[in-house]
Order: sequence, then C-alpha cells, then structure tokens
Amino acid sequence: MTLALRLTGLSKDFPVGKRLFGPPRAVVHAVQPVTLDVEEGETLGIVGESGCGKSTLARILVGLLQPTSGTIEIAGKPLDNADPAVFGRMIQYVFQDPISSLNPRKTIRQIMEAPLRHLHGMSADARSARIREIFAAVNLREEFLDRYPHEFSGGQAQRIGIARALAADARILILDEPVSALDVSVQAQVLNLLADLKTQFGLTYLFISHDLAVVEAVSDRVAVLYFGAVVEVGPAEQVFARPRHPYTRLLADSAPVVGRPLSAPEARETELPDPLNPPRGCAFRARCAHASALCGETAPALEQQPDGVWVACYHPLTGAG
Amino acid sequence: MSGFFRLLARNRLALAGLIVMGLVVLLALLTPLLPLADPDVTNTANRFKPPLSEGALLGTDHLGRDLLSRLMWGTRLSLAVGFAAAVIAATLGAAIGIIAGFYGGRTDNVIMRGVDMLMAFPYILLALAIVAALGPGLMNALIAVAAVNIPFFARNIRGITVGIAHKEFVDAARLSGMTDARIIATEVLPNVVPVIVIAMSTTVGWMILETAGLSFLGLGSQPPQADLGSMLGEARSALITNPHTSVVPGVMILIIVMAINLLGDGVRDALDPRLKSGALSRPMPTTLVDRSAPVPKPSDDGLLSITALETQFRVKDRVYRAVGGVDLHVEPGECLGIIGESGSGKSVTALSIMGLVASPPGVITGGAAYYRGDDLIGAPYEVLRSLRGRHVAYIFQDPLATLHPLYTVGDQLIEAVRAHHPTPRAEARVRAISLLKSVRIPNAEQRIDSYPHEMSGGMRQRVGIAMALANDPDIIIADEPTTALDVTVQAQILSLLNDLRRERGLAIIFITHDFGVVAQLCDRVAVMYAGRIVEGGPTDTILNAPAHPYTSRLMACVPELGQGRRVLAAIPGLPPAVDNLPTGCAFADRCHKVQPACRTADIPLSGPSDGNRVRCIFPMTASSEASA
Repeated sequence: MTLALRLTGLSKDFPVGKRLFGPPRAVVHAVQPVTLDVEEGETLGIVGESGCGKSTLARILVGLLQPTSGTIEIAGKPLDNADPAVFGRMIQYVFQDPISSLNPRKTIRQIMEAPLRHLHGMSADARSARIREIFAAVNLREEFLDRYPHEFSGGQAQRIGIARALAADARILILDEPVSALDVSVQAQVLNLLADLKTQFGLTYLFISHDLAVVEAVSDRVAVLYFGAVVEVGPAEQVFARPRHPYTRLLADSAPVVGRPLSAPEARETELPDPLNPPRGCAFRARCAHASALCGETAPALEQQPDGVWVACYHPLTGAG
Repeated sequence: MSGFFRLLARNRLALAGLIVMGLVVLLALLTPLLPLADPDVTNTANRFKPPLSEGALLGTDHLGRDLLSRLMWGTRLSLAVGFAAAVIAATLGAAIGIIAGFYGGRTDNVIMRGVDMLMAFPYILLALAIVAALGPGLMNALIAVAAVNIPFFARNIRGITVGIAHKEFVDAARLSGMTDARIIATEVLPNVVPVIVIAMSTTVGWMILETAGLSFLGLGSQPPQADLGSMLGEARSALITNPHTSVVPGVMILIIVMAINLLGDGVRDALDPRLKSGALSRPMPTTLVDRSAPVPKPSDDGLLSITALETQFRVKDRVYRAVGGVDLHVEPGECLGIIGESGSGKSVTALSIMGLVASPPGVITGGAAYYRGDDLIGAPYEVLRSLRGRHVAYIFQDPLATLHPLYTVGDQLIEAVRAHHPTPRAEARVRAISLLKSVRIPNAEQRIDSYPHEMSGGMRQRVGIAMALANDPDIIIADEPTTALDVTVQAQILSLLNDLRRERGLAIIFITHDFGVVAQLCDRVAVMYAGRIVEGGPTDTILNAPAHPYTSRLMACVPELGQGRRVLAAIPGLPPAVDNLPTGCAFADRCHKVQPACRTADIPLSGPSDGNRVRCIFPMTASSEASA
C-alpha cells in the first residue's frame, strides 16, 4: 500500500494574552507533536472530546493554520507551501455545519464553480460539464444549482459541501464532524454516500468525530486524541472492543449502548487538565486508575504493541476486556 | 426586492417618508426645467417682499432675490452634498472597516485606534478644523462632513466583518483557491452591503444637517450660491423683522430630515434579518390558548397526564401543526423518554405543558395537560408562574445559553430558590450550596461564586440541574440535556439524573434522539414523527421489537458501538413539512411497507393501554422484521 498522507511531528501552539510588543503571556499546546501515516484508500477515524485538538489538527492539514513545527507529506512529496490554494488541489475539507459553510448570498452554481475556476482554471463549458458529473455522483438534482443555500435542508446542504470538496479533485478529504449537525435518519444517508464516493473516486478519508459509534462504523483505523496528543491508534474493530489505553477504555465505557445498564464509569469528579497549566508527564494521569510514579515523570511515547496497536501508555491494558 | 417594499410599506410612517422624500427629490431634479427666476439676481428695490406677493410666491430675501427659486436651487444643492458626503463616508468607512475586520490582529489594532482618535473629537469641532485647514467652500465642507462620519461606518462595518471573516464559508473559499482580495469582494462584501445601506439610510439626514450647519456658519457654500444652510445664515439678521426668510429654508430642512429619518428607520426594519419575520412584538408570558373542541376529561392516572395536545404555529397564512394530538402520562419516580428527529414536535410538546411556547406565533389549539388533576392549558399566568420551577422544572440543551453570563451561578441559584420560597439571602445561599453538592459539584463552597464561563460544559449542566431541583419539583422535563456534552460527561450526568429520580421520586420526561440514552435511563418511551406519537410503550419492548416501521428503521440507521464497520440502512427522503401533512400516515412516503390503505384515513394509536401502542395498520412483526 502506498502512503497518501504522512504527518511527522506536527504540532500547533497558540499564544494566549498577546501583547502589542514582546512575547505572549502564555502558550497553549493545542496539538502536541503528532506523527501519523494514512494509507491510500483508507479511512482513518480521529476521535476525541471537545478541546482535544482534533479540529486544530484538521485545519493544519488543509493549510488554514500554519503548524508550529513538523511536516506534512502528501503522496511522498512534502508540502512546504503555506498557500491554501496549493493544499486545495491535494486535500479538501468538509465542514461540520453544512449551512454556514455555504455563503448565503451566492447560488449553488457560484459556490461550485469557485474551486474549478480558481484551482484548475477550467473554461465555462468544462466547468458546467464537471459540475453535472459531480452532482450526479452525490445524488443532487441539477435544478438546485440556481438556488440559494437557505432553500436546502441540512442533509442536502451537506451533500453540496461534499460536492464542493469533490470539485477540487483532491484525493484526500478531511471530514470534520460531517454528520453531527444532521438528524439521525439523514446521517445514515450521508455516511453511505461518503462510502460510495470513496470507492468511486478512490478517495482517502480522515474522519473526525466525537461519536464513537459513527467512527467505528466507517473507519478502517482509529486514532484517539487526548489533550492534543495521540494516545492510541489501531484497527477500528479493536480500538473500542479491546481498548489498550485507559482513556480509550473510559470513552468506550461511557458511550450509551442499548442493553448495558447505566453507570458512570468515572465516579470521581474530574475535570480536564488545564491547557494553560498542563500537568507533567501523562495528561491522563489524574483520571487514571493505573497511574504510577513513572507516569508523573515524562509523557509516554506512542509505541507499537505486539498485536500491532500503537499506545502511548506505560501500563497498557491487556485488552482482555 | 418586492418583499422588501412590502415590508417597508407595512410601516406607515416609513411609507409617508418615502413619498415625501420622493417628491422633494423629484422637485430638486426638475428645478432647472421649471420656469423660476434666476436665484442669484439681486433686486434691492424689491427686498423683503412677503410671501404670496406678485411675482414672488414665497417672497424675496434681503437682496430682493426670489425665495422660491433660491429654495429650490438650495434644496438641490443641499441634497446633493448630503448624499455625496454619505456615499463617500460609507465607501471609505466600509473599506476601512472591512480591511480591519478581515485581517484582524495588528492591522485591526492600528486602524481602529486611529479611528478611535478621530471619534474622540467633538464632530463639529473636527469639521471646523478641517474646513479651517482647507479653507471655506462647499467642496471642503463636503470633505469635512464625510471625514467626520467615516469612523461611524468603519466601526459598524468592522464589527460585522469580524463575524463574517470567521464563518466557515470564508474558509471554504480559501480552500477553493480564492485570494484575499477576491474573498473580500465576493464573499464578505455582499454580506455587509445590507448593513452599509442601513447605516447610510439612518445617517444621510445627519449629514444634510451637518452640511447646513457649516454653511450657516459661512464655511460651506459661498455667496451668492444658495444652499439651505447659507439661506438660514443670511436670514438670521432679519429673523425678527422678516421671519419668512428664515422660516422657508427652516421648514424645508425639517421636512427633508424628518422624511429621511422615517424612511431610514423603515429601511432598517425591513432589511434587518432579526426583524424580518415581523416578530417585533414581545412574546406573551404564556402561550395563547384557542381550543375550539371541548376540553378532554381528566383520566385519573398519572402525576402529569397530557391528552390530545395540539400546538400550532401560525405564521402569516400558514399553519404549522407542530404537535398534532399527543397523549402522554408520567408517574412519580418514572422516566419517560420522548424520541424523535428535529421537527418531530418533541420540544414543542414539552414547552406547551407549562405554556412556554412563544406566542405569537405559537397557539395551543386543543387538548389538556392535567397536573394532579388540574388542567394547565389555559391556566392563568399567576397559576402557571407559581407552578413553573416549583412543581415542574425544565433542563435545557445548552447550559451556556440558559445561564445568565453576568451573574455568578450562586446568584442565579439563590434567585431560583427565593422565587418560590421567600427566605433570607443567607439561608438561600446555604440551600444553593447544598444543591450544588447534591449534583456532585466538587468544592461547592467555592464554585458557587463562579461565573458560568468559568465552568466546563459538564459543570454548567450540573448547575442547570441544580437549578431545576431548587424547589423540589415533582417533574423535571429535560430537553436533550446531554446532547452538547462529551460522552464521558454525558455518562456522569445521566447517572446523576437516574440517582436523583430514585432518591427523590422525581418524574422525568427525557427528550432525546439517542436510543442508547433512552435504553439506559427510561422506563417507557414514546417515538414522535411529524408531530404525533407513532409508537409508545415500555422501553424494553420497543427497543427489542419495534412495531412501527419508522422506529425500526430509525434504530437500524443509527450506528451502535460494538457492531463494527457496516453499511447503515438509511431511511430515504425527509420528514414531511408540518404545514402540509399528507392524509393518513405521515411516514407513508418513506415506508417500505406502504399500502394504499395507509394513505386513505387517519390512523389511530392502537394497542393495550399498558403495553406497546402503535400508530400503524401494518405493524412490524417478528417475521417481517427478519425479512426487512
């Protein structure tokens, strides 16, 4: 298998309390150095709770944010240009809120033409032919092209958002919570459409979500993010069924599942670590039942276990259950 | 566009302003064609002729010039200068505002501090300084008035642009390869134009006044050229002896500025999206009740029992039947789940119970909600107010939106306690701390003085629950209380609610779209679709053997943890619009088991009263479910 995307030591710091001159008052490490490989044709799920840095990572990947350090390689070639237009031809983004990602004062045709004209410099005829082709692929009727975004339901608007991302002809799509704003019955329609498009166009997906069940249903592999760092990467069917990192275990046990009695897996009243004052060592230490003195020294690195799962933990769970 | 004029015409005063302004502008445009005397020819023999005299309809001024002619030419000039100043100020101000707002950071800081400095001068002083530096003259007065008004536009437009520049569609445009200049021109500008028009329409009147003010002081138009301000200035010395020379231009200024301001207010109301729906009126304290059918009798079961509840939204000539006949009941200590997609009427049902649906446009058109045997629908406001929070409390989805950002959570909890039980503040504070402890907020003594923004989402929702518990209610209605929360926090909140109902015998009505949550928390569940309950009964029965095709297919299309990678069985199509419901079953168009009989008549909810009741004439059976 060839690599579609390789991230090496990618990180992002945000200054807090900027001053007119001089250094900022504090720095938040929104994304700790992340190293990940994504194979061509793969769906990599990225899960994590709010504030874990998953959207920041996504925005770096499409060039909307500049990484503080690290490199992005697409199909073996490093991307060192900060121009979103260069990124746009190789990697595209589908937004969480389908309505607000469409300019309310433009028709769908104007929205669809932008990537064709500005990224590929296509002629008017070529553009309309291509739009027709894409609209057929996402099951949208052509008469929608001359309407405005507010005339569409959430599911239709998200199809238009996906169509726009496809128009750029990028091989990699970043799907940032693409169905979490949609109703459950429409969610399944969009997820199935994404699966069809993937085989039809040979796409690679990075599927970001907070919904474990959705991620499990669509991904080949899953990466779990906690406090800006990857804590576990493994095959989708294993990660939640046999979690190796205590945090993944906590996530899996917290998800409401039909037939499982209600329990709070985390009895203690814990709050997430403070980004302005990050703990030493493992960020999950304070919530972890297995924490030892070693965990308070340095943060554990992501290491491959004998069964192929990568875990950043000194005391990985055995995976027995 | 026609919609804009219809909205504008609804405002009578704005329409009057539009007509008057139209007449004035028309006369000003026609002035060169009218048979008027030369405005600048002096004739001292005929000075101070009164109005309605021979050859001078409005009389003459101190040099014997025809006042009517001077008024017409002066109006023409004043209007032109005022509009020109407004256009210049709007263009430059908007450009500055868009650049500052779009680029942000240091660019924004430098530009906006410059604008602040301009604003720190009294505007007339600034205009005087500009005219003094450039020399008197109408052109320079125009520049001064425009310059003075630039900060107003710049600040307004910057604020709007900051909001737009962070919208997702701007990011999308960047990813489409558009340059910053193109994004400003085609993505940002079309969205700020309405604001520019609104700001202009409300300031043109001011600018005409300011220009007239400068001319009045002799700094604007120079003799013999007439504009309204200079006419007033020249007439000042004869104010007592020949008042008509001042009255004539004065009345014209009054007419123009009044008309423009009325029109500007109308334009603002018509263009402002918040006012567009016509919802200028304040909602009433309780939902309007307009029940034509006889009120159903109380059935004596349940702590709260809702019978045939119908709630509609009446917008213009459309009627949205948000709730179309819902029956529910809940016992002490019981948790009833209401499951449904957005628009299914689950929240409106919950809000109707305590008359919390905004009126207008909401109207409760039928049914009853009996709390301990008393009908809450149509109860007087005082009765509802004494019940709200005290016996029936709500928990909403977004705890950040339900807590007031400027008060500490303690203040808000104390207010909730004292609203129904007048106790001394210190006592209420003790109670508030114990409430925070009961929802397991660590360090309650300190956290009580926190502001909502200082707490995490989970902690805020705990405060929301504590507030609902403040008066020991019998019933809590929780509307998607965990949807905005992370899974680990959701698990904690759910087990907290579960403990509370067991300890205190609370009845909970839990609204959600998540089957997993319903399965874990609720004893009974009602599934809503297009404003009606399509299936209801014990949770176990419904989740294990759903009888309505909608329930069964909805469960099939939701991925569940532990089932691995799979293709989801999506439901094709969309729910019907509730202003145009089909005859018969509302789900018929999306149902794979649909028969002609489904579309002919209303389908009742049938089944044993204590078992699984379903609104379907061809319900799922074990065998059909296996084949589906």
